[in-house]
Amino acid sequence: MHELVSRLLEGDRRAAARIITLVENNGQEKEQLLSELFPHTGKAFVLGVTGSPGAGKSSLVDSLVTHYRQQSLTIGVIAVDPTSPFTGGAILGDRIRMQDHALDRGVFIRSMGTRGSLGGLARATKEAIKVLDAYGRDIILVETVGVGQSELDIMATADTTLVVLNPGTGDGIQTIKAGIMEIADIFVVNKCDRDGADKMAAEVESMLDLGHGQNPYWRPPVKKTSTIDGRGIPELVGAIIEHREFATASGDFAERRGQQLKAEVSEIVEDYLKKMLWSKVGANAEMAQLLKDASERKSDPYTIARRILEVF
Amino acid sequence: MSDRLKSIEAKQKAWQERYNQSKQRGAKFMTVSSEPIKELYTPADIADFDFERDLAFPGQYPYTRGVQTNMYRGRLWTMRQFAGFASAKETNERFKFLLAKGQTGLSVAFDMPTIMGYDSDYPRSFGEVGRVGVAIDSLQDMETLFEGIPLDKVSTSMTTNAPASILWAMYIATAEKQGVASEKLNGTIQNDILKEYIAQKSWIFPPHPSMRIITDIFKFAKEHVPKWNTISISGYHIREAGATALQELAFTLADGFAYVEAGIAAGLDVDDFAPRLSFFFNSHTDFFEEVAKYRAARRIWARRMHEKYGAKDEKSLLLRFHTQTAGCSLTAQQPENNIVRTAFQALAAVMGGTQSLHTNSMDEVLALPTEKAVQIALRTQQLIAYETGVANTIDPLAGSYFVEAMTNRMEQGAEEYFQKIDALGGVLAAIDKNFFQQEIADAAFRYQKEIERKDRIIVGVNDFVQTENLTIDLLKIDPEIEREQVQRLQKLRATRDNDRVQATLADLRQAAASTDNLIPKILASVKAYATQGEIVNVLREVFGEYKEKAVF
Amino acid sequence: MEECKIRVLVAKPGLDGHDRGAKVIARALRDGGMEVIYTGLHQTPEQVVEAAIQEDVDVIGLSILSGAHMTIFPRVKQLLLENGADNIMLIGGGTMPEEDVQALILSGDAKALFTPGTSTEDIITWIRQSVYSGESA
Repeated sequence: MHELVSRLLEGDRRAAARIITLVENNGQEKEQLLSELFPHTGKAFVLGVTGSPGAGKSSLVDSLVTHYRQQSLTIGVIAVDPTSPFTGGAILGDRIRMQDHALDRGVFIRSMGTRGSLGGLARATKEAIKVLDAYGRDIILVETVGVGQSELDIMATADTTLVVLNPGTGDGIQTIKAGIMEIADIFVVNKCDRDGADKMAAEVESMLDLGHGQNPYWRPPVKKTSTIDGRGIPELVGAIIEHREFATASGDFAERRGQQLKAEVSEIVEDYLKKMLWSKVGANAEMAQLLKDASERKSDPYTIARRILEVF
Repeated sequence: MSDRLKSIEAKQKAWQERYNQSKQRGAKFMTVSSEPIKELYTPADIADFDFERDLAFPGQYPYTRGVQTNMYRGRLWTMRQFAGFASAKETNERFKFLLAKGQTGLSVAFDMPTIMGYDSDYPRSFGEVGRVGVAIDSLQDMETLFEGIPLDKVSTSMTTNAPASILWAMYIATAEKQGVASEKLNGTIQNDILKEYIAQKSWIFPPHPSMRIITDIFKFAKEHVPKWNTISISGYHIREAGATALQELAFTLADGFAYVEAGIAAGLDVDDFAPRLSFFFNSHTDFFEEVAKYRAARRIWARRMHEKYGAKDEKSLLLRFHTQTAGCSLTAQQPENNIVRTAFQALAAVMGGTQSLHTNSMDEVLALPTEKAVQIALRTQQLIAYETGVANTIDPLAGSYFVEAMTNRMEQGAEEYFQKIDALGGVLAAIDKNFFQQEIADAAFRYQKEIERKDRIIVGVNDFVQTENLTIDLLKIDPEIEREQVQRLQKLRATRDNDRVQATLADLRQAAASTDNLIPKILASVKAYATQGEIVNVLREVFGEYKEKAVF
Repeated sequence: MEECKIRVLVAKPGLDGHDRGAKVIARALRDGGMEVIYTGLHQTPEQVVEAAIQEDVDVIGLSILSGAHMTIFPRVKQLLLENGADNIMLIGGGTMPEEDVQALILSGDAKALFTPGTSTEDIITWIRQSVYSGESA
């Protein structure tokens, strides 16, 4: 067994941190680490938190962590921020809201840059979840980038997904229109001390009345919270438990996880094939010439692609 | 267009052609705020200029030329050097020394734990007690701070924001113990929480309850402390955080108008509190830009207060301000050059008609200033006042094509910012959306890049560099002070009437949850010797705590 | 296909809120292709070290303008040692007299200190060189 894996299983947080780095950097040991960790995964409950910028995702995560810690549950948090496509750099600032938990050994927080991934999560978020799962965390909260409309990855990753809306900005309804409706297992109208919170909650309800939503048997509840004074957090946690019970009873939960694993296998296979193919193409002079031809418009991309595939 | 202007424009065209063919030294001609500056200003740049409308006379609407009729011919600006020392006892001795030398105004700098509402024995206070100012935990310390100083005879300025109400209550209680009625008290609390969210980041509570505390102070002052300056609306820290001159101007005035609106919304008449509002600006090294900023500030304030808020009392229209030279302009390299920088900055403040002035010491970029450095800083002001002759006449730069054009541009730029802020839903909403914070971060980053690209030369930093820097003597703080302060505080907790403390705090908690004015309750807690940290904790329980959303 | 992205924790310990420098640096490091974890204001040494461990950073950068550098750097260094995390490089910047800078470097409490006037390019170059040479060693 990899030394880091045994240390992680003994509860060494530095080993957990290191493994996430190795996995994220796509290091040589990645496969070994993940496959050795796998038997220890599958226990944690994964809670996704998404919503537009400024909706208060980090504050909500912070409040939920506080609540869960009072129940002595151990927590992992993965907070994703965008990587600049131009420089490859990123500023990961979600921790700011959560630093009150920094000294609590029952809370492990990791910030990740998207590093080119577009679906609202980082390239290695799923793997990082596994690491924290094997590390023995009861609940893993995943906060998405929250830049827009295509944050579908969280739906395929989390057991329960919260969509956070902020009545203050007035962009909540646009977000809903943009198709985030289908992602939500639960809607959270945050900053409910603000004007417009009730109106926004009512608008979401009326959209649900019109039949928006992903599951005919589960109507996403709409919960109002305030992270300033913790109002509504226990009710939100109640709704999360209800969703979990529903998903377990209906088989949704098992199905989602099954789908996730299937998807993962195909991803790994595709990834492997891709790597293999391109390393061969790179090493082959004929192939290199074909690619050069393409760049010089000597032949069309389809013909060249077919030729490459024929060779392999 | 008049024939005269036409003729000037025609001649300018000819000149412009010659200029364009002439040699230029390849520098970027821009202000310290990155505003491009033209090669020449002429009457065409102020074609719409109307003396009576835009300038008028000193002490006359719109007060562009100054808030008083006689300005420095009547009285020079107040040379107010901000100072803070380790413990209350030492600061008290310093105050008495200053008063004996004829100073009538005191200015108190508090240490970071006091500024943040923490007691000296709170773990986070470790290493910071008495460092950047005096440590005040309870009324006991405030009594020591002003022991033997008759509070009806002095005016005291206190640089405190988030916990301003508590320190103010301690001051009022100290006066009462001296037998001085609150009606007789003179002074200023900074009390400007908006700029904390925007720039300086010394906040405690979220914006809404913070604004409520401020309007409670307005109301209480109107009834009981009518001579007190309840707020000093500050651009200084906004500029230090990296803002441009225009941003400093616009954001500070926007904050000022937000306080006016809050006061009105709290049921006060604008003229009940607006005369007690004062301002605090920065003075950076770009001389003309700074002068234009101050002149524009007075004009914008007067116009808006008159036109938008319907102020009738003339005092409500006057933008009175204190100035401090720009700490952020000082360089650690060749620190003696800072004396010269500070002198130019001080000169700009005087030419801009400031009411009072603090000049930084050359070594403040390295540590707290030494006495020698403080003395040179003060002498700089005296040189300006008594040797340069600039105080002989009022607003001497008026009528300069450049200065008037810059003043107009400042006013126009500020109006554009006000529109943006209004569109975002006002100052609080703009803070929530990180508008100010992002603008300032962008400006700070741009400034840094300009220096690194050498688009901007900073003497001693990216040009005219000297490998051997002169070393200067620096002030050291004795760590023993912290231990003594903590002991004093713990002794107080053991000896005071703790039942009375708990009762007053319970009362305060109740008031915080209602809409009652908080100041009488804070006053009662303070008089029972509740500590600042205890009072803040009660309010924090009810109001919550502000957490920043950092932008870069 | 291994990629080594440099991760830097930028922290502001102490009670002062002057974060202009910290933010300019954070932004410059991002533009230099690094991942910058910003923990916000008013951090204790304990919080800084714990965050650095969880985030598995290569470098901690402390910005200190309150004059508390002589207590904070040794404390952070000590905590890193206690936690077996002294592979993380500790650097900093802010207002500090030259003799203090020398003392902290000499005692090993800080690996490098950048006083006002240092260009962000120089800091980026220093971090890159130090992190990469540390890895090959």
